[in-house]
Amino acid sequence: MAQNYDIPAPKKRMWSLQLNPEKFERATDEEKRQADVMAESTTFFRDGMKRLRRNPLAVFAIWILIILIAIMIVAPIFVPYSYSEVITVEGVRDKSAASMAPFQYSKLEKAYMEKYNVRIFPHIMGTDELCRDYFIRVVYGMRVSFLVGVFASLMVLIIGTIYGAISGYCGGKVDLVMMRIVDIIYSLPDLLIIILLSVVFKETLDFSKVPVVGKLGTNMVSMLIVFGLLYWVGMARLVRGQILTIKENEYVLAAKSMGASGGRIIRKHILPNCLSVIIICTAQEIPSAIFTESYLSFIGLGVALPMPSLGSLANTARSGMQSYPWKLVFPAVAIILICLAFNLLGDALRDAFDPKLKG
Amino acid sequence: MAKYIVKRILLAVVTMFLVCFITFFMMNAVPGGPFNGEKAKSPEVIAALNARYGLDKPVHVQFINYMKNILHGDFGVSLKNGRNIAQTIRESFAVSAKIGLIAVLVALVFGIVLGCVAALNRNKWPDHVIIFFVTLFTAMPSFVAASFLLLVFCIQLGWVPVWSSSSQNYVLPVIALSLPPMSYITRLTKTSMLDALGQDYVRTARAKGVKPLKVIFIHTLRNALIPVITYVGPLCAAILTGSLVVEKIFTIGGLGSKFVDSITARDYPMIMGTTIFLAFIMILANLISDIVYKLVDPRIQLS
Repeated sequence: MAQNYDIPAPKKRMWSLQLNPEKFERATDEEKRQADVMAESTTFFRDGMKRLRRNPLAVFAIWILIILIAIMIVAPIFVPYSYSEVITVEGVRDKSAASMAPFQYSKLEKAYMEKYNVRIFPHIMGTDELCRDYFIRVVYGMRVSFLVGVFASLMVLIIGTIYGAISGYCGGKVDLVMMRIVDIIYSLPDLLIIILLSVVFKETLDFSKVPVVGKLGTNMVSMLIVFGLLYWVGMARLVRGQILTIKENEYVLAAKSMGASGGRIIRKHILPNCLSVIIICTAQEIPSAIFTESYLSFIGLGVALPMPSLGSLANTARSGMQSYPWKLVFPAVAIILICLAFNLLGDALRDAFDPKLKG
Repeated sequence: MAKYIVKRILLAVVTMFLVCFITFFMMNAVPGGPFNGEKAKSPEVIAALNARYGLDKPVHVQFINYMKNILHGDFGVSLKNGRNIAQTIRESFAVSAKIGLIAVLVALVFGIVLGCVAALNRNKWPDHVIIFFVTLFTAMPSFVAASFLLLVFCIQLGWVPVWSSSSQNYVLPVIALSLPPMSYITRLTKTSMLDALGQDYVRTARAKGVKPLKVIFIHTLRNALIPVITYVGPLCAAILTGSLVVEKIFTIGGLGSKFVDSITARDYPMIMGTTIFLAFIMILANLISDIVYKLVDPRIQLS
């Protein structure tokens, strides 16, 4: 019986395709590469930064901050005046230099320049009513604002994260008690308490003998203490909430079932997932601290004289607003720029590191 | 629901007590008594005065007495001018409350309207313009806004007289007070409005052929306003604290400027009284807005 080879043998399995391997071509390396759609592996932080760089507002904010920080570092080196120094020409106190317009020279300075044929460093923002260079005062005011913002947010970061983490991990009764405390502090009218504590600390504490701190004044230190006492609650709440939800995730369970230690779970699974909230919250804390500082300085509870602050500069400028409006405009614009940059950066960080929160 | 309200009221009471506690003991920690004036008094006179005002008793007894007095509406007398503090608060708060309430209304109305306009014109020019200004105003502390308004409208343009007691005197303070919270409300409304516009029930309503305006007002806005309610408490707090500097700048004799004056003058009983009073209003506003929020949104009861 002759076998008919043209007709394929009946399928051994109903659904088999009976493919002939010889009919296939091997893919070239180039073709293989084309099929490879995997993105380059990145870390969480790098991914967020990439998104941040693509956001034009964020880039704008970062440039403003870089320029402001550069001015703050460089200006005190280049400008030959100090924030508390009264302008003197050849050892004579220059009384005609009070409240000058930007880039204006006083009579004594003009005479000095003609006599020796030299240029005196211009008063970029004029001078204040006590014959001090205004530009350097505004720069120091900005330094104070930045310092307060960064210190306050660092303090919030440390206290809030630790407190929230303990509360979130322990759960149960510990969590309940800790969160009641947070609830109460959260509902305190913070600015009133800050004002109150500043008034009291101003009278009771004395830091004037401590080297670095003394220069800032007791007010400043008390302000930072108060920030540390009150502002961390928002952060603690966020971190706790985050940890509570992360703890329940399947990947934590999976890690546990594979025998990962508690420390490894915290490091590898819980912390990286909290990081976005922590970064965002820290960044958004900076402008609110700067706001509060300038507010307190404005009502006379800020840094100790003669150290200037943007708020106290604006307050003193109010009295001469009719004749010297620029004295109000310069510190006010500085506050707006700083707060605007930090606000934009905070929003951009939120969008970049936690797209879920995007508003 | 009842359980929540009771819990919330209890929390408010505890907070209020804590504010009084902190205020009292902080002020007690300040060195120097109320009778350490410039004129030296003999120890006998000071002892007699202390006995007269109950200052010779232990601190906790003084605290209990102070609390009792507060509950009877007695905040004591000012150190500087000897006037009854409760009366001063009552008189000056009338002024502050008038401006503050107008500012709350302005902030709410303009914030909601601008937020809706921004959300309904998403990514078109009205949205961009509104968001630009809102971002700018959030970066502007209220004292900067107030000083700028004074500088531009009173001094440079001369549209509003600097010193006057007529009603147009309130225009600038109200604007200065309401700008920062208004910006926040605008952002809040825009976000929740966009959220509501994306909901299924809005699509259903549109598909059924409901008129666009009706969809906006009945289906979207009503739901979008729920988060705004929670902000009314912080809004009152923001306007009260803003009023401290704004009243000072516009020299309005309200509670805010009285408070700042008492800080500068170190008038401790006055600081105590004003702090407790302002804190009371803020806590009350927060309490009311939290309870209303729960009442308005039935979804929250489920969780």
